[in-house]
Amino acid sequence: MTKPVILDCRNVWKLYGPHADGFLGANPAPDPEALREAGLIGAVRDVSVQIHQGEIFVIMGLSGSGKSTLVRCLSRLVEPTAGQIRFEGKDLLAASESELIEIRRKKMGMVFQQFALLPHLTVLENTAFPLEVQGVGRAAREARAREVIELVGLGGREGYYPRELSGGQQQRVGIARSLAVEPELWFLDEPFSALDPLIRREMQDEFLRLQNILHKTIVFITHDFDEAIRLADRIAVMKDGAIEQVATPEELVLRPATEYVAEFTRHVGRAKVIRAASLAAPLTGDSFAGDLPHDAVVESFAAQVEAADLPHRVIRDGEAIGQVDRRAVIDVLVGRR
Amino acid sequence: MARFGHRGMLFWTGLFAVTWALSTWSFQLYKALDARWIIRFPAQYELPLDDRISDFLDWLVESANFYLFTFKDLTRAIAATIEWPYQVLRDLLIEGFQRGLGDQAVQIAPPLSWIAVIVTAMAIGHYARDWRLAALVGACFAYLAVFGQWQSAMITLASVLIAVPIGAAGGLALGIAAYRAPWFERLLRPVLDLMQTVPVFAYLVPILILFGFGPVAALVATVIYAMPPMVRVTTVALRGVPPEVIEAGRMAGCTRSQMMWKVLVPSAVPTLMVGVNQVIMLTLNMVIIASMIGAGGLGFDVLASLRKLDIGGGIEAGLAIVVMAIALDRASQAFARRGVRHPPTGNVLQRHPWAGTVVLVIGGTLILGRIVPAVQTYPEALTITTGPFWSDAMEWINVNFFDAFEAAKTVVLTWVLLPVKQFFGGIPWGWGIVATGLMAWRVGGWRLGLLAALLTAFIAASGLWAKAMVTVYLCGVSVVIATLVGIPLGILAAERPRAGRVILGLMDTLQTLPSFVYLIPVVMLFRVGDFSAMIAVILYALAPAVRYAAHGIGDVPEPLLEAGRMAGCTRAQLLWRIKLPLATPQLLLGLNQTIMLALSMLVITALVGTRDLGQEVYIALTKANAGQGIVAGLGVAFIAIIADRIVNALAEGQRKRLGLA
Repeated sequence: MTKPVILDCRNVWKLYGPHADGFLGANPAPDPEALREAGLIGAVRDVSVQIHQGEIFVIMGLSGSGKSTLVRCLSRLVEPTAGQIRFEGKDLLAASESELIEIRRKKMGMVFQQFALLPHLTVLENTAFPLEVQGVGRAAREARAREVIELVGLGGREGYYPRELSGGQQQRVGIARSLAVEPELWFLDEPFSALDPLIRREMQDEFLRLQNILHKTIVFITHDFDEAIRLADRIAVMKDGAIEQVATPEELVLRPATEYVAEFTRHVGRAKVIRAASLAAPLTGDSFAGDLPHDAVVESFAAQVEAADLPHRVIRDGEAIGQVDRRAVIDVLVGRR
Repeated sequence: MARFGHRGMLFWTGLFAVTWALSTWSFQLYKALDARWIIRFPAQYELPLDDRISDFLDWLVESANFYLFTFKDLTRAIAATIEWPYQVLRDLLIEGFQRGLGDQAVQIAPPLSWIAVIVTAMAIGHYARDWRLAALVGACFAYLAVFGQWQSAMITLASVLIAVPIGAAGGLALGIAAYRAPWFERLLRPVLDLMQTVPVFAYLVPILILFGFGPVAALVATVIYAMPPMVRVTTVALRGVPPEVIEAGRMAGCTRSQMMWKVLVPSAVPTLMVGVNQVIMLTLNMVIIASMIGAGGLGFDVLASLRKLDIGGGIEAGLAIVVMAIALDRASQAFARRGVRHPPTGNVLQRHPWAGTVVLVIGGTLILGRIVPAVQTYPEALTITTGPFWSDAMEWINVNFFDAFEAAKTVVLTWVLLPVKQFFGGIPWGWGIVATGLMAWRVGGWRLGLLAALLTAFIAASGLWAKAMVTVYLCGVSVVIATLVGIPLGILAAERPRAGRVILGLMDTLQTLPSFVYLIPVVMLFRVGDFSAMIAVILYALAPAVRYAAHGIGDVPEPLLEAGRMAGCTRAQLLWRIKLPLATPQLLLGLNQTIMLALSMLVITALVGTRDLGQEVYIALTKANAGQGIVAGLGVAFIAIIADRIVNALAEGQRKRLGLA
């Protein structure tokens, strides 16, 4: 990664329970045993992640794994017990209440699992709300709100109240609201988990479409591994408050760092994750059926390679780095590798 | 029934046996040992709390001084700020605006005409919901005009219109403060507990001393009485705002006050309106009681008729209060359920059709009223008086059914009331303290036991033991009967939807009636005494027993019932084996509410001649003895608190056992 780090989080802890603050002072790096003995719950344990500009960083974990607490530490909705968080080079944990308000007003946006729309405001007013609290005039904020409402595909429904919308539409409003201030850092806390599967898929596509236009820096929380590999540039897998592994989806599948991650990735459709570069074998001949980009996933070229008698070349930066033949693709599809 | 296993059974029978023995032979015991202290708390050790409180109040009024102003200045300032808007409203609704004083007074503008008031009420009804509500509210107000209650009703309406905004705004402010500062809430909670359990009469006296006899004192008492639920509803409503909504507000960069007024309060409005409805109902509930310290209006009419034993007049004015209560209750409930609507579009009149109509009608009747007096004031010749009808009806009932009523009354008195009264009356105070402590310890642990014993000891040490036992006996009998009647009704309501609608609707109406109104027919039919008090208390306290039972039975999860049906349960088995056991926590909550309502009604029944703590409070009121009233009031409050904590502990235990906690 060459892009600059936007959010840098080092050794962050969040403990719940009696005298949590003092405990970490005395024991800088307690193990789970020690925490249990002290009657503390380690919601976030010693987490360090760097989030780069323009990437979709997914935090994946089952319920109770601490992912929601972690994202709230990153936005300082929850005060971490210990650790460092730097946002655009500035110490976020040292920011005063008024500085924090300023940062949230201008630079951060967040989308919530249960949408968290204000029931007494219309779609337009909900979307304009972050601008309203900043003191932006009615005409300016409503013009901006209309733009984002159009962007998320809700044009024409500005006058509706949240209760008059479906779940998917409500979350579009949540997304519009979080985008109204043009945030640099965009948090999404399980935004699609409350929606049914068909709508969820549609919203994921919509989200990718938006990101193609906007190129935000995104922290995305989910408990759904399929969702994670679909959307993520990088994934952090969390368990019991700690991060098991941070890697690209392909690395997670090919080289799981722990038994837990391996268990998770075992049943993933590997063709969706593994890319041409990983399959590339040394070039053996001169004649090829065609060329493949190095970062294409197997799923996208499987039929084409399987139908050809000759292997395909894998191209990176205009150079052939290897070849992929029918056998290699079938190995992936039947799970031999 | 695991809780009452062998040892539990032994504990409760043992406790009862000892209590019964001591109660029966305490007098002989005192004679045999020549120890009078067994049955009467020794006078030289009685707490002089009542005198202290009276002295303190005297000091406050006479000489308290906060450097810049005296306490009297403070009460006068409060009185003036309430008096002013109240007078404006009275001018608007009753007297008309005048210039000059006394004989020189010239009327500038007449009060609102009766037609204008009715149209305004209908407009509010239509705005809150629909035409049907508008018709109901309009009919209620028309009733007041047609049946000759207009003047009094407008006086009452004026005090409601003052007390409700003060109570609601004050409750909201205190609730917000409690939500923001946990220490303030810890401070406030016991105060609220006391304010809701101390009978109203108890603080009428100090208010009388501080503010003097008159409408202002009545308004102050009303606000104190009506505010506590609003405080509680506010904190509950604010806590009920989903955490994600609060986080959304924080992420949008709300400041503290933006968070409160743009996020929390608007999101909580539906629940807050429930609190406002409560404030309105409690204000109306206070209307009659407040007339004892100077509120005029319908309450005063009821009270005066009761004192004169003017049956017809009492029922007429009482019905007028009921009608007004129904109108205000339905309208405010409709507001609570209204939610936000799309604003209509068009020109000013199209956007505000009702405001336009109201302005037009007010203006129109103002001008027309100068020419045609009937437009200004409902013509007296057209009023219908029902007073004689009610008097005749009561007389007819009494002539024809006197023997039947008398027989029923005697049977209940001899076989139920008197034995129970003897049992409670005989318990020596020392054992009473121990027994209460033991009961509370058994259900809620040693802390609760200690608390219960201390509170009971306070009652004994204040020299109120005998009267407190009368309160406990009357309350106990009424609650048992109300529960025995109420729970089956509740079960019926849950099992048969059609009967349920009728029963629950009836209970809704019973709950809108101000407590005082229950006394009127009861006194007419059964005259004064414990039996009348019991009937009034049962009627008043029935509603929660029915409602919670219906709720508890109706809320049993469907899968459990399906499991029961698949196991081959009959309807009866389903009810006894599955629904009732699972509903016990709800039933206990209903019991708790029943006890609380019974106690609050019991104090009011002092007016029909019971000899309990309520009477003690009432005597203190007539003698304007603040200390005596407050101490007796605390006695009632402590009984309420002990009962509340014990029943809650039972419910909690039951919930834990069912795995619902």
